[in-house]
Amino acid sequence: MQTMSQADTTEPTISLKMLKAMVGIGIVCACLIALTFEYTLPRIENLKAEALNKAISIVIPGMVTKKTFGVDRNNNLLEVNNKDKSPHLLYAGYDENGKLMGLAVEASGIGFGGVLRILYGYDPEKQAITGFHVLESKETPGLGDKIEKSSDFLENFRALDVSLNEDNVTLKHKITVVKNGAKKNPWEIDGITGATISSRAIGNILADSTRQMAPLINRHKSNLEKN
Amino acid sequence: MSVPAKTKTGFLDSLEKSPATDIFLKGLWRKNPTFVQVIGMCPVLAVSNTAENALAMGLATAFVLLMSNTLVSILRFVIPKQVRISCYILIIATFVTMADYAIQAMSVELHKALGAFISLIVVNCLILGRAEAFASKNTVETSVLDALGMGAGFTFALFCLGAVRELLGNGSLFGIAVFPASFQEWVVMMLPAGGFFTLALWLFIFNAVKRAKQNKERGKALP
Repeated sequence: MQTMSQADTTEPTISLKMLKAMVGIGIVCACLIALTFEYTLPRIENLKAEALNKAISIVIPGMVTKKTFGVDRNNNLLEVNNKDKSPHLLYAGYDENGKLMGLAVEASGIGFGGVLRILYGYDPEKQAITGFHVLESKETPGLGDKIEKSSDFLENFRALDVSLNEDNVTLKHKITVVKNGAKKNPWEIDGITGATISSRAIGNILADSTRQMAPLINRHKSNLEKN
Repeated sequence: MSVPAKTKTGFLDSLEKSPATDIFLKGLWRKNPTFVQVIGMCPVLAVSNTAENALAMGLATAFVLLMSNTLVSILRFVIPKQVRISCYILIIATFVTMADYAIQAMSVELHKALGAFISLIVVNCLILGRAEAFASKNTVETSVLDALGMGAGFTFALFCLGAVRELLGNGSLFGIAVFPASFQEWVVMMLPAGGFFTLALWLFIFNAVKRAKQNKERGKALP
């Protein structure tokens, strides 16, 4: 009984001290994090928007203004607000006279090292891909990341043919990646020796995305053209 | 000619004797966290592929180390010993989160390159080790000095690795091409394996220098 009463008097004070210390430090830390978050948030969002704008102007040269579109469940194109958190899929770029310069489409797939997210330019007049820019990649430095750096590889995307059939629903030719130097047709991509899987991944991502997006863009062309 | 040399050694001697510089130099050189203690290896090997990444990672770690050492030292009589580790982790995690936001606000590219390794500073044993072994037992001033020394030592080591790996693996330093375009890059240096090779090289150099110095001192002691 004696030991019990002793424990009763000492235990709560220690627990209370521990509780006070941890809660106190916790509150101070939470305040510090909240302050830093509030202070840096506008700048972080600015930088992210800037990076996206830069990427879009790479794939749509000559873009001055842009509009953002999303695709809903019924395969309809909807204009979305920039501050909207929904995933943006399509950006339409216009020159200073409001003429449609091209479209930038977000697409992703699995590369060699993980998810590969790209933005590619699509010209609805020529029905061709006009370039791409890697947004997110975990490809091996020095090997797989040649997809971003090799000028021979990027040359493939000057005017990669993705023209539609007469029915405007299916593509005439599927984009295919061939061995380096074996490109004969405008819808083929010369692969990179030493980055076979990464260059094939780019081809697959583009093939998958254009199969869905090219007919969709074509259907809403008039909608996209007016600014 | 001999006069300035004499004053120089005198100045260095007085520097080494002062306890404050001794604490700082201990972290930077004598007990360098990477080259002597070999702790906190995860970021050393993972994000030292370019000089810029290495420097950013080193500075972020040094910042967290400085702030956590200061706070732990201030609170050393307040924190009960039963919950000290969780308190330290709470403090460290807070400053890591702050560093994470700060790097994001500085450059999206840099944040992408460092990736998950910023959040992993929380579990860098260098920081918790200094909090437990030094800051919790010493005054605020000496803890700050200790953190500055260890942080500088860690940044210096990371930079040594990053510079070598970027030079050989990419032919550049801080993104500026150093070698002519005909230079064949050593891809392996950019891969994780290159981190091990470079670390081994630096450990070899560091130990060789230390051994040479020891031999010299032994030679002096024995007439």
